[in-house]
Parts: sequence; structure tokens; C-alpha cells
Amino acid sequence: MDNQSVLNRLKDKFGDQIQNPLEPHDLLTVETSVESIIDVLQFVKSDDLLQFSYLTDITAVHYPNQEKSFAVVYHVHNLYQNIRLRIKVYIDGQNPVIPTATVVWHGANWMERETYDFFGIIFEGHPDLRRILNMDDLGVFPMRKEYPLEDPNRVDKKDFYFGR
Amino acid sequence: MSNVKLGETPPGVEGAGFFATSLDKAVGLARANSLWPLPFATSCCGIEFMATMGSTYDLARFGAERPSFSPRQADMLLVMGTIAKKMAPVLKQVYIQMAEPRWVIAVGACASSGGIFDTYSVLQGIDEIIPVDVYVPGCPPRPEAILDGVLRLQDIVKSESLNRRNTPEYQALLEKYGIVTHNG
Amino acid sequence: MSLPITEITSNKSVFVDNDPQDELITLNLGPTHPATHGVFQNVLQIDGERIVSGVSTIGYIHRAFEKIAEHRPFYQITPLTDRLNYCSSPINNMGWHMTVEKLLRIEIPKRVQYMRVIVMELARIADHIICNGILGVDTGAFSGFLYVMQEREFIYEIFEEICGARLTTNIGRIGGFERDFNEIAFSKIEEFITRFPAVLTEFEELFVRNRIFIERTSGVAAVTPEEALSYSWSGPILRATGVDYDVRVVSPYCSYEEFDFEVPVGTNGDVYDRFLVRNEEMWQSMRIIRQALEKISKEPSGVFHADVPEFYLPPKEQVYTNMEALIYHFKIVMGEWETPQSEVYHAVEGGNGELGFYLIHDGGRTPYRLHFRRPSFINYQMFAPMSSGMLISDAIINMSSLNVIAGELDA
Repeated sequence: MDNQSVLNRLKDKFGDQIQNPLEPHDLLTVETSVESIIDVLQFVKSDDLLQFSYLTDITAVHYPNQEKSFAVVYHVHNLYQNIRLRIKVYIDGQNPVIPTATVVWHGANWMERETYDFFGIIFEGHPDLRRILNMDDLGVFPMRKEYPLEDPNRVDKKDFYFGR
Repeated sequence: MSNVKLGETPPGVEGAGFFATSLDKAVGLARANSLWPLPFATSCCGIEFMATMGSTYDLARFGAERPSFSPRQADMLLVMGTIAKKMAPVLKQVYIQMAEPRWVIAVGACASSGGIFDTYSVLQGIDEIIPVDVYVPGCPPRPEAILDGVLRLQDIVKSESLNRRNTPEYQALLEKYGIVTHNG
Repeated sequence: MSLPITEITSNKSVFVDNDPQDELITLNLGPTHPATHGVFQNVLQIDGERIVSGVSTIGYIHRAFEKIAEHRPFYQITPLTDRLNYCSSPINNMGWHMTVEKLLRIEIPKRVQYMRVIVMELARIADHIICNGILGVDTGAFSGFLYVMQEREFIYEIFEEICGARLTTNIGRIGGFERDFNEIAFSKIEEFITRFPAVLTEFEELFVRNRIFIERTSGVAAVTPEEALSYSWSGPILRATGVDYDVRVVSPYCSYEEFDFEVPVGTNGDVYDRFLVRNEEMWQSMRIIRQALEKISKEPSGVFHADVPEFYLPPKEQVYTNMEALIYHFKIVMGEWETPQSEVYHAVEGGNGELGFYLIHDGGRTPYRLHFRRPSFINYQMFAPMSSGMLISDAIINMSSLNVIAGELDA
């Protein structure tokens, strides 16, 4: 099975819901919508042909200049035939909500918590959507592009100390 | 001839059957050669500390035979690795739980200054929350450097006056960090 | 938990008559507990010595790697990858460089690939030594740890010979290595693969058929392959359940397809199987190193990087004398290089499992987004669910056999 047949199989099942197929560095990448993401994940996991039964990773990317400014990225892996598939969902920046994948894989739990922690994306239906790495009272979602890397409250790095 | 090296005798008055020196020096000698470390290892430097405790470098040669994981029975807090802001209150708590006299070594760049992690989540040096006696540079420091840090601390311990922990200066130092003591 | 005191009616406090044996106790294991080898906090509800439920709290050394990576050019990200899994930093370094090379479509000479294989397999041995040695310590056998730690020191000596550093090695550059392995390094690698088998055999003799060790570990924290896969486990602990997923075999990088080695798998997925799988992997790593040395000897000597001057920093002495070198140096350091806009996912078999780098590049000086798929993070999330019903002592050795590295867990 190659990327083209994976794509055909997905298109047969979901039609227009599968968009923008690309193959950067031979890894099939497709886009889908918030409404159909869980159906797509269920399908690729349980379909007899596709067998993408292993969830490699969930993460997100922030594109502040786009209207749909968050991309949630799922990497899934067919261990039987060693094919990887990347599924992207672009979601609204003002109201970043997406259904949870914990109904498909247990392992999605912490990956989604991490994504929530960094980007503030709400995974609807997640059993325990709390911050995981950062402190609970951080208040911001630090991986969003508008937040700086360094702690803005630092006092020892003022220009004054460097003669500026 | 045994190759066991004895500790250097402090200056004093010696005669047939007796030796007199000041109490400070005798106590300092004893303390310095029996520092019980509390390894507070969070990351990379902790692995180098493992090597320091291991057979090749063997920190036990310098009297630190017993790593104490309970703060109550430790003299020397070795902070090794990045201290995130989430961890800072824990570290401070551990320091407060230690009994006087207590000394702190900041091992590695992260504990000393935050190191390469100048980020929103990392404490920029443990001296923001607790007083530090010796800083060991390196990312991570070699085991020899950690040993050297311990030896430098021994120098400090040997020359520390018995009164130091009761002086107003010391109380002021702790107060600066917001640490309240009950033995003052 | 303190005893509940009802309102004081007389001058003598009245205790409610609770049978203390009915109560669950909340035990805060960590974040500085000595048995957890790192900063993990688990709040456990325990009934006697048996864990009823637990909640893991992590993030105690969260250092914002992914945020830093967005502010650093490619070659400055290598020191960050060092500090992910610091027990086997070279694997992380190589994984990162291969990700960039995949993005830039750089062809790597065979000799460099074999050199990388040697470094990565040495790192894998060093990683497994820590894990299995500590497992021995946790089950009450300290001496095994001391024996193998000596050899680990020797691996450090080899790294030192190769790059000058012991732990956070920063080995490698985009396109290859910073310098060639010298003669001493090669002879030390030879020496290592001749003397380590005896030590490893001795280590195995101490544990593998030791009744106490078997009773402590066999059947503890057994995981089925289905559970392991649904929690996205990877690495030795997944293989211990019987799934033969090894990135080196399924998607070979660095010419791993040319090497002859076996992927050990377990049957029960318990702590004992994980121990055996890791031990066998050390044997297999030795086999790989031996083959790699042989292959290197057949390659033209002196090749230690690909010919990509626009990404590989020229030697410093040339920068001062050679116009071309100066230009390349300037371009690389100032980030004025032409890089494609693309995204790439590359995975290597780290000490703990599939270590993935998901890099989105917009052609700028720094990555637009870099995400690390950290095996420790993903493996560890099953710890609390699988602990319920376990004895505390079993949970501790379960944790050490998961080999969770705090730096990789919290990133």
C-alpha cells in the first residue's frame, strides 16, 4: 500500500472532508475539519485496509496571521506496513475547540493536555483537561507566538545594568 | 606505611601527651570531614553526581560517605540541575527542613544562574530563593569539578566560627530570603 | 491525615470513633523522593501498602525547550537536544541533525553514517546501563550498579575522546561531525567492545537467575501489547510486551538496514522482561558497533562530514585566511542560508523509544515550530493508571524500569 491508495481510501469514505493532500518528504499529509476529525481518526484506526492503529503524536502549531490560526496535528502510524499519516485540522483562533481523541486512544490524554497547556486549545470531552507542564497559575499559553520566551518580569536583565 | 592520609592538624599547642587548640577549629575539622550530602538532583548534573558517587571518583573519600535523602540528617545541600519555578517552593521547603549548620552548593550552570534556559519557566539561579555557599560552574560540571566544589566547601566549613549561625548578620541573611529560624 | 475532631463541648476533646484501618491514606510520593530518581510527583491513595489510585504531576523541570527552539538557529538547537534525554544525549543530537538533513535533503557519506551508528549505540548502552543498574539498586542489589557504572565511565571516556565532553556531548554538526575520530578514540572503542562482554556477563549472572530478583520483578506491572499500543508506548518497554517495533528496523536511518542485528522481544511485558530486553539490546548494540568498525575500515579514511559548505561551518583557521570560508561562516552564523519551506517528521530509536522531531520550517533563520515526540513523556502517562492495585514497592521498581528521564519528560 502506498500513499496514493491511502488517500483514495480516505477520499472514498469522506469525500470533501479530506482536503489539501500533500506529501512533504514522502509523508502523506491531509487536512480535515473539526466536525469530522474523530470520525476520520476512528476510521483510519479501525479500517481493515488502513490500520493506522498507533498514535504517534498530537501537537499544535500557531499561525497568528491566519483566520484559522491553530493547526492541530495528528501523526498516526500503520505498524503493519510502516506507513505514516499526518492529519491536520485548522481551527478558529478565537474559539479553539476540537473534540478529544481520548475516545480513540488512551495515549491521547497527555498529548492533548500538553497541547492545551501550550496553546490553550480546548479538547472537548477530555476527561481531565488541566495544565500538565506549566504552573497552574501561569495565566497564559506560552507557545502562542505573541508571548515572549524570556520572563518579562526579570529585573537583572534591564538595559541599565549593561550601560545601555 | 599506610597510604591513609590523615586530616591536617589545626594549629595549636602540643606537648607530651596533650594537644590544645581552639574549640572552633576542632569542631570545624570534624564537621568538614563528615559532610552528609543531600543530593537534590533534578536533571543532567544529577547523572554526573551519580558518577561522582560511583567507584571511579568516589566522593566518599572526602567524608561524604552517606548521601542523605532526608533533609533532617543532612549538612550539605547539593542542588544539581535546572530548578523550574514550579520546583522552587519545594527546594526552599527542603532547605528550611535542614537543621543548622547547613551549607548549599549550587552545582552546574542551571542551579547557579539558570544556564542556557533563560525562559519563562526556569528560576534564574537558586540564589534567588536560598543562600548559596559554593557555585560549581559547568554544564554539566565534570565529577572533578563537583569534588572541587565539595573541597572548597570544606575550607569554608573549617574556618567557620562556632557563633556564625547566631549572629545578627546571619539572621539578616536568612530574613532576606524570607526564612524564619527558631534557634536565633 | 489527622483524626477528625468534633466540636469541643467539654474541656476534653472528643474523638470520633473511626477504625483507622478503614481509611485510605494519601501519600505524596515526590517530587524529591529518593526512590523516584528524578522529579516526579505522584499523589497516591493507599490502603495499607496497596495503591488504590494515583495522580501523576509532572512539569517540575519544565524548561520550555520548544519555545527556545523557535528562537534558535538549527545548530544552536543541538545543545537543547543534549539535555532532553541526558543519559543518551548523542542519540538526540544525531536525531536532530538527521531531521535537518532530511529537510535540506543532504546526502551523508557512508563513513559518517557508520560513525554515527557507533556513537548512537554506545549511547544506547550507556542509557540501558543506567536503567538496569538502577533497577538493581531498587531491588536491593547495589553492587551490580557499581560494576556496570565503571564501564559507563569508559563510554564517557570515549565520548570525551571524540568531542571533549562527557555527558552533554553536543556531538555532531549538520552534515557530519565536527572532527574525525582520532586513533585513541578508535582504540578505546575496540577496547570497550572487548572488555565489556565480561562485565555484562557478570552483571547478568548476578541478576538473571537470581531468585530474589526474579520474585521481585517477574509478573510485576505486566502490560499487554494492546494496552501498551493504546498508550502509544515505544522502545524497550513496548518490545517487552512482545511487539517488535523498533524504529531502527521499520524505518532505517543511518544505514541501519545494512547491519545484522536482532530485535529482542519479551512475552509478559513485566519488569523482568524489560530488564532482559534491555540487557539483550546491549549485546545487540555491541554487535552493531563491531560491524560498524569493520565497515568503517573499508571506507576512505578522513571523511567526517558531507560536502555542504553552505550549512557546515568551515574550520576556524580557514575563516581567517580564506575568502570563501569567511563568506560561508558569515552566512551560517547570520542565518542567511537558503532553506526550503517544508515540514518534516523524523524519528530515531532513542534509549526509551521512538524519539521524534516534528519540524515546521518557513525558510527563516529559526524553526517556525519544533515539536519533540518524547518517549518518556508518552510512556510515563500509563504509570498512574497501571499502579492501582500494586504494592508501593512494586510501583517503585515499575517506575525505574520505565526509565523515565525527567529532562525528556518535561522538556
